[in-house]
Amino acid sequence: MVEITDVVCSLCGCVCDDIVLEVENNEVVKVKRGACSVGKSKLLGHERIKSPMIRENGELKECSYDEAIKKAAEILYKSRRPLLYGWSSTVCEADSAGIELAEDIGGVVDNTATVCHGPSVLAIQDVGIPSCTLGEVKNRADLIIYWGANPAQAHANHMKRYSYVSKGYWTAEGKKGKKLVVVDVRKTMTSKMADVFIQVEQGKDYQVFSALRAILRGHEDVVPDKVGGVSKEQLLEVANMVKEAKFGITFFGMGVTHTGARHNNIVNAIQFTRAGHLYGKWSIMPMRGHFNVTGFNQVCTWQTGFPFSVDLSRGYAWYNPGETSSTDLLYREDCDSALIIASDPGAHFPGAALRHLAKIPVIQIDPFANPTTEFADVVIPAAISGIECEGGVYRMDNIPIRLRKILETDYYVPDAEIVERIHAEVRALREKEGE
Amino acid sequence: MEGMNVNLISGRTTVQGQNLDSKLTEKYFDEVAVCNLNGSDMEKLGVAPDDNVKVTTAYGAVVVKAKQDDGNPEGLIFIPMGPWANVLVSGYTEGAGMPRFKGIAAEIGKTAETVLPVKELMRTYME
Repeated sequence: MVEITDVVCSLCGCVCDDIVLEVENNEVVKVKRGACSVGKSKLLGHERIKSPMIRENGELKECSYDEAIKKAAEILYKSRRPLLYGWSSTVCEADSAGIELAEDIGGVVDNTATVCHGPSVLAIQDVGIPSCTLGEVKNRADLIIYWGANPAQAHANHMKRYSYVSKGYWTAEGKKGKKLVVVDVRKTMTSKMADVFIQVEQGKDYQVFSALRAILRGHEDVVPDKVGGVSKEQLLEVANMVKEAKFGITFFGMGVTHTGARHNNIVNAIQFTRAGHLYGKWSIMPMRGHFNVTGFNQVCTWQTGFPFSVDLSRGYAWYNPGETSSTDLLYREDCDSALIIASDPGAHFPGAALRHLAKIPVIQIDPFANPTTEFADVVIPAAISGIECEGGVYRMDNIPIRLRKILETDYYVPDAEIVERIHAEVRALREKEGE
Repeated sequence: MEGMNVNLISGRTTVQGQNLDSKLTEKYFDEVAVCNLNGSDMEKLGVAPDDNVKVTTAYGAVVVKAKQDDGNPEGLIFIPMGPWANVLVSGYTEGAGMPRFKGIAAEIGKTAETVLPVKELMRTYME
């Protein structure tokens, strides 16, 4: 048995890097410290895809890596407008190789932000974002707001490591010296911990942000007695907390990105943060989901100039979410094949978009079988990033962290290598045709 | 009992997260193929926990198991994000790129129909 310290978790955007594991016979046998129940479940492992597979007469048949990679290259090479989607549960090196492949074959490249914090990205492009690192939150924040987010279930270590419950340099007393405000449409495990819980009517977040902005900017008189189901009294209470805080932070989640106003909600959330600047230091941060959803947006911006939903079929990068985003592309039946890597649109895309995914050739690269596998014509099992291979990722606050290799594998191939090998096969097909 | 008009949202849960890499298991099915609703809404519908309910929107219909969660206000139902919730979501993003996963007008009612396992549910998209 070997104890391994400082293991980095490759599950959610918290990217906890203080995990202690026990490894025996090349298997994680115990998670001793550091991981939440969700991260622990990942580290202890799940049933794997055992072999590459190609679908023949409706059935997936086992084959070699070479055969699957060749088949994948043929599909992409023949396509006029392939969608290359996912990229958030893998490392930046794989993302970089994937964007290069998309550029070469004239595809559309998109990551899971498209069904997650895509609206946050749009809002940030619209009005900028006053933000900070999670380290600053830990060491300085005395007022924490979670808005449309349920970290107690979705990012279970977030409060303990970085926010309400953590102890830092100027926050040595932990939660005794801090206040927690939770805004949600329903009572959750997170709202039960709050000093103040604001239960907003579903879809009315925009109005509540506006009311708080008005109060903070001295226009309390224009705020009616009730806004979005929230009493003026409670709004005044929260506004006072904002005024009194030395360092405040709003963390926001899908509760605001998934509702009607979408990116406009986030624009208003950012403007609410700016109103807080009249009184103290205020920051705002999206609760990013996958461990490297942020990293893909970084890498895609370096390589194409845009963070996600980038159409490279025109010979230059074209970015227009609503047109070039995966859901729209599938719903319009505007792609003729898909490479799905490190993600699961089968589980997480609207059914109306899946009807087209079910029709077109699909290549899946993933360590685990999932609903997307049901649509896949080629399945290529990958090494698990952060367990069987290393690589760079970006935490939700845009801090780069290197994932470590914990276990050996003499069989599974890392995502980056799979993508590079597919790309090499595509080049070989092109050369052959040119002969 | 006739159906009732409700507002549908979806989102994460702990067990859903624990089974992100094992979505073909019973644990995932038991956690995600459910609809959480307020006890008084359950009473109005005449459903008990684990009864099957059919949720219908303009975009599709799905059968899931009822689960009581009084954290939800009356008239708001929560289906954990996943294949069952997504049957009910529109593919049209209103030009925003982001589907409307929350705030969907839905109708819910008791049903004798069964809950489709995940692979069968996926097959319905191939028909």
